[in-house]
Amino acid sequence: MTQPVSNCPNCGAKIVFKWSSSVQTVCPYCKSILVRTDVDLQKVGQVADLPPDSSPIQLNTEGIYRNKAFVVIGRILYEYDQGGWNEWHITMNDGTSAWLSDAQNEFAVSFASQAPGLPASNQISVGQRFTWSGQNYTLSVITAAHYRGVEGELPFEYWDKTDVTFADFRTQTGKFATLDYSDEQPALYLGEFVEFDDLKLKNLRSFEGW
Amino acid sequence: MGAGHPNPPLPTPPKPQVKALNCPGCGAAIVLRSMGHAETVVCASCHSILDAKDPNLQILQKFQAYTSEIPPMIPLGTRGKLRGTDYEVIGFQRRSITVEGVRYDWHEYVLFNPYKPIRYLTEYQGHWNDISVCKELPVVEFASATYLGERYKHFQSADAATNYVLGEFPWQVRVGEKASVTEYVSPPRVLSSEKTENEVTWSLGEYTYGADIWKAFNLSGSAPEPIGVYENQPSPVHVDVKAIWKAFAAFAILLLVLMAGLDISAHKTVAFDKNYLFTSGDPKAEASFVTDIFDLDGHTSNVRVSTSANVSNSWIYLNYALINQDTGQAWDFGREVSYYYGTDSDGAWNEGSTHDSVVIPSVPAGKYYLRIEPESDARHPSIAYSVEVTRDVTVPGFFGIAFLALLIPAVAITWRSLSFERARWAESDHPPLQLSSSGDND
Repeated sequence: MTQPVSNCPNCGAKIVFKWSSSVQTVCPYCKSILVRTDVDLQKVGQVADLPPDSSPIQLNTEGIYRNKAFVVIGRILYEYDQGGWNEWHITMNDGTSAWLSDAQNEFAVSFASQAPGLPASNQISVGQRFTWSGQNYTLSVITAAHYRGVEGELPFEYWDKTDVTFADFRTQTGKFATLDYSDEQPALYLGEFVEFDDLKLKNLRSFEGW
Repeated sequence: MGAGHPNPPLPTPPKPQVKALNCPGCGAAIVLRSMGHAETVVCASCHSILDAKDPNLQILQKFQAYTSEIPPMIPLGTRGKLRGTDYEVIGFQRRSITVEGVRYDWHEYVLFNPYKPIRYLTEYQGHWNDISVCKELPVVEFASATYLGERYKHFQSADAATNYVLGEFPWQVRVGEKASVTEYVSPPRVLSSEKTENEVTWSLGEYTYGADIWKAFNLSGSAPEPIGVYENQPSPVHVDVKAIWKAFAAFAILLLVLMAGLDISAHKTVAFDKNYLFTSGDPKAEASFVTDIFDLDGHTSNVRVSTSANVSNSWIYLNYALINQDTGQAWDFGREVSYYYGTDSDGAWNEGSTHDSVVIPSVPAGKYYLRIEPESDARHPSIAYSVEVTRDVTVPGFFGIAFLALLIPAVAITWRSLSFERARWAESDHPPLQLSSSGDND
């Protein structure tokens, strides 16, 4: 494995991985997108300037989910015709990784999951029902999103995206699911909605006047 | 909140931070208050909807606005505290539904806090609702929806259109855009679903009094008086009508039990019983006489004096005095016994009775006698009558009064509640049956 500390092949800045399983990171100085190989870091792209941020979350924000401390180490930023949202990559103190979605300050925590027979993107419509892990999910919104940028560490390579379809599911019990059609095979994330205050977040962004 | 802040926290909240820009259409100043949350912002001067994410504020839509358009009652930029959280009003829109050719307009305020989900206030004719988006999905049945264990009754389904917008919105707002809105109520809450092609959004509103809004946002003057009854307005009848009737039934049963118990426990001892003959016009007959002395026992209690007379198309009137031999305390009362009968064109009739009784309350124990002074019509022959004094009897009349005392408020509250609910549902898709004459005929 790569050493936890290496240098940016583009600008030489020191790159420290906070999570040993991270596959990709972004150089905080020159914004090069760097992918870990067996021997070194390879620059695969460059992050364009991200739009003005509205999320109260930022890299290094810490919180607690289900009695486990977590820290925000990366994010993917999406836009769609009604706004934008962040998928914050968080790592728990037990080494697991999860996602903290922030869609206009509506927060959900979800984990990558597996299920057989996931529908293709052309087979879905609002109101459809699926059962995953014994829970009934109803498709509440299909979003034609646009990949806008990345920041920090991610558990997979994610940088050459353009248009991505998402299907969001809700339940009668506050659970939450997303089908991510970024790749050939849909990726399923299962989780739940969380209250901002319940996450006991620290290192939040500050907003002038608030 | 940066490290090494040289000053202690400000004692008062700092002024809202706004970003100054200019409308590409007319050059008027555009302010952005929502820290990058805004997708669209509206130029108040030329009514252009601008792309808030575009540094050049590209014009997305222009719309017509009337000078008669009602300005927001809570001005944009006003901050207030709702349920413990600070919010700033950043957007305002007028929306409407049209039902049976009548257009109903309401106003929506977009509330912003950089750490909290967007919240809304709606106002319709002085009725306010505090609205937030549901995280859980309600269970919808035919005419109801269940959300977090609470059942909501279907109130109305209609297409809502956006007619006027002001300020900024964290979504792509457009004038003319439509959504199909379905509302379910369980006062003081309303559960609404807004459906567009790609999305169903559920939100939960709670009825809020204008005065509380005025207080929360520190507005000058006073909130306009609400007009009519709103779909999720809490009934002025704060109690559950069903519970009232349950309580009424319980008290009525209690009364019956009490009555039966008192009737069983009542001594009903006959203290005095004697027959007399009265002959009117008999010069030998004394005008009045006194009876033998009799005992009224036990605790202070009531006394029933019953008179029976063989009156037949005649009457007898008795002036009574119940007198305590030791103290001289007296209860004076007059009783009439009359009975008439006959036959006329309608058939047989009768009036009155040969029996009369009266209950004297709170008579202490002691030795008593009656003074009796009978009178009657001189044309009639002698009338035989008997006088009976009974100690400690039950009086059903008291229980009747108690029963009414319970019944009247229960009926009044029920009527008030029903008329309020009737007014509420008259505006719904399920109006109550019309009782007035203005039916379908016109």
